[in-house]
Amino acid sequence: MRRDVFQAIADPTRRAILSLVALQAMTPNAIAEHFNSSRQAVSKHIKVLTECKLVNQELTGRKIYYQYNPQKMKEVDTWIEQLRAIWENRFNQLDGVLKNLKNKKS
Amino acid sequence: MKKETIFSKDPQSNSLTVVRAFDAPLDSVWQAWTDSEILDKWWAPKPYRAETKTMDFREGGLWFYSMVGPKGDRLWCRVDYKTIEPNKSITNTNMLCNEKGNKSPNFPIMNWRNEFNQSSGGTTVRIEITFEKEADMDIVIKMGFQEGFTAGLSNLDHYLSMNSEPARS
Repeated sequence: MRRDVFQAIADPTRRAILSLVALQAMTPNAIAEHFNSSRQAVSKHIKVLTECKLVNQELTGRKIYYQYNPQKMKEVDTWIEQLRAIWENRFNQLDGVLKNLKNKKS
Repeated sequence: MKKETIFSKDPQSNSLTVVRAFDAPLDSVWQAWTDSEILDKWWAPKPYRAETKTMDFREGGLWFYSMVGPKGDRLWCRVDYKTIEPNKSITNTNMLCNEKGNKSPNFPIMNWRNEFNQSSGGTTVRIEITFEKEADMDIVIKMGFQEGFTAGLSNLDHYLSMNSEPARS
């Protein structure tokens, strides 16, 4: 199944996990302690986040730590910016059209 | 003076909201959104231009148009009007289609709700675009990423024809 940033952040639990690991790298157990859902459910969420590279795994000693990857989040901003550019272009054209309408009327 | 476009995305409800104020009275703005001759003048983002094939602005009616690129490439779109409250709101569905108006199989349907409000010295338009499912938003977003949305419009036909199978990876 395809994984990407948007799918990942669409889920509230995953957003909560992201905000946890954004503060500090954490082990899966430490993450799971913050949630009422089962450990398996939490590790599924972590898997999604890892697959879309929003979090990275790091092996320290024998423990796996998960840490936030801010670079990936920039994709979201980029996309919003692209869409914004299209709409602004469109609306600036509409400004011009409306101005002409006004001139015709007066 | 340029007005700011407020743009927000809510992944939880699979929706995008765009809000923009216009320095014009409500009836003019309404006209600009509902009269195809005027729509053709501004609806397509540059370097595209919109060209209406048919317009039937009523509940259950259809706006069938294309966006024509600088090289003459054409992207067909249709807007099906669901509800219309004059000078107030329009709800419709938006989709890409072929030159006969049949929906492109791989492009999701977008549900739009446009609200028009008189504001101090002008008119505010609020557009909420909702996708039926998360995966639909995903497709539109993917297209934006991979093609670079503005330039990507010209590649959309190509993209759609290349992706007649559901994406797999």
